[in-house]
Amino acid sequence: MIHDFNYLRASTVKETLDLIDKYKDDYKIICGGQSILILVRQGLVAPEYLIDIKNVQELDYINFDKKKGLKIGATTTHREIEKSTLIKKHYNVLVDMEENLASIQTRNWGTIGGNLAHADPAGDPGPVFIAMNAAVKIANKEKERTLLLEEFFMDYFETALEDDELLLEVQIPVASSKTAIAYEKFNIIENDQGIVSVAASITVDGDGLSCKDARIVLGAAASIPMRAKEAEQMLVGKKLNDRILDKVGEKASEEADPVDDIHATEMYRRHLVKSLTKRMVKKAWGQAKALS
Amino acid sequence: MEKKLLRLTVNDEYHELYIKPKKLLVEVLRDELGLTGTKRGCNTGACCVCTVLLNGSVVKSCSVLAMQAEGADVTTVEGLADEAKLSPLQLSFLDHGAYQCGFCTSGMLISATALLEENPSPTIENIKESIQGNICRCTGYNSIIRAIKAVAEGKYKESKQ
Repeated sequence: MIHDFNYLRASTVKETLDLIDKYKDDYKIICGGQSILILVRQGLVAPEYLIDIKNVQELDYINFDKKKGLKIGATTTHREIEKSTLIKKHYNVLVDMEENLASIQTRNWGTIGGNLAHADPAGDPGPVFIAMNAAVKIANKEKERTLLLEEFFMDYFETALEDDELLLEVQIPVASSKTAIAYEKFNIIENDQGIVSVAASITVDGDGLSCKDARIVLGAAASIPMRAKEAEQMLVGKKLNDRILDKVGEKASEEADPVDDIHATEMYRRHLVKSLTKRMVKKAWGQAKALS
Repeated sequence: MEKKLLRLTVNDEYHELYIKPKKLLVEVLRDELGLTGTKRGCNTGACCVCTVLLNGSVVKSCSVLAMQAEGADVTTVEGLADEAKLSPLQLSFLDHGAYQCGFCTSGMLISATALLEENPSPTIENIKESIQGNICRCTGYNSIIRAIKAVAEGKYKESKQ
């Protein structure tokens, strides 16, 4: 049973920010609604005002610049990202991620901004974007600010967005020409939410043999998409071999802070973190090596 | 709560109606417009039984606020047949025993319609991907896939006339 709410439709960012400012005590944003409607239906949130930004077309874009990188507007749908030739060419890992994110029905209507603002630690874009060192652009009526995505997620379903702020854009910097990213989630039903997921970004050195920089980001393994920073450090300066992989997997598994729930036990999730970390580091490393 | 005006076109028919903003698209289609071909399944966005075309793209009508269909073109399973003439997919589903209990059928037909619109000659893999979210409680997937494949292979071309 859905609680009644006042429905307000915005068509520009300015209009949205004015509405947010006016109703900031008791509102929620809806765009594709693929997450918020589930919460509303279950009575977990019951906003007095629902502000619809689905028609805010100025936030529906994918831009790429060789120097500035990729910018995706918040109301861009998952399907648009997946079908974008720009993204396919420069950020193919995002195509893979989107194709497995949910059913086509959800990808057609759900948006990238909504997914991030929902802040479900099991969401797919979070870990991949953090592995890419992404930032988000946020605005209120007065000003804009930019924040690293890894600082955007605060807790289960909680973000750094203030009550008067709106998420505008995801920004992905240009990666080094020797960086590769791999992402995989483990699930029982294809295209369902991941039980655990891991994104790994590996930058190799000039010789192509040793690791210059690494990022390992875990999904559904803590209250937020989290970096396994100690595991990352173990890779820097090293050459890849099975022993290192084992150690890195084990370290990431220790760093994770997963829950026991209906989908998996804590122990099982730790085991998955270990296996997926090894697999993703190896995959990204192989791809990075092939680049040099 | 004040009712709001919603204008939308469903199966080429234009409607103006006043609804509570909390109404979902599936509720408007079934309860307001009487188009009960679209089924309400899990009602949580997990089964895709309620799939309809919204401006040509598949969406779950249980997971879209009806107000978001303002000005949109919606196609439900009732819009697939041309008068009494079934669409090629509907005929093929009959021939291949792809209906079984029938509960997932309208969603399957809509998903398959969208697939063939976008990609007229899909592989089996493409077909599987297109109905990945659509759950069939009879588990009759193979006959559904065969039915879609048959249309893609042009076996129902004459019925398009």
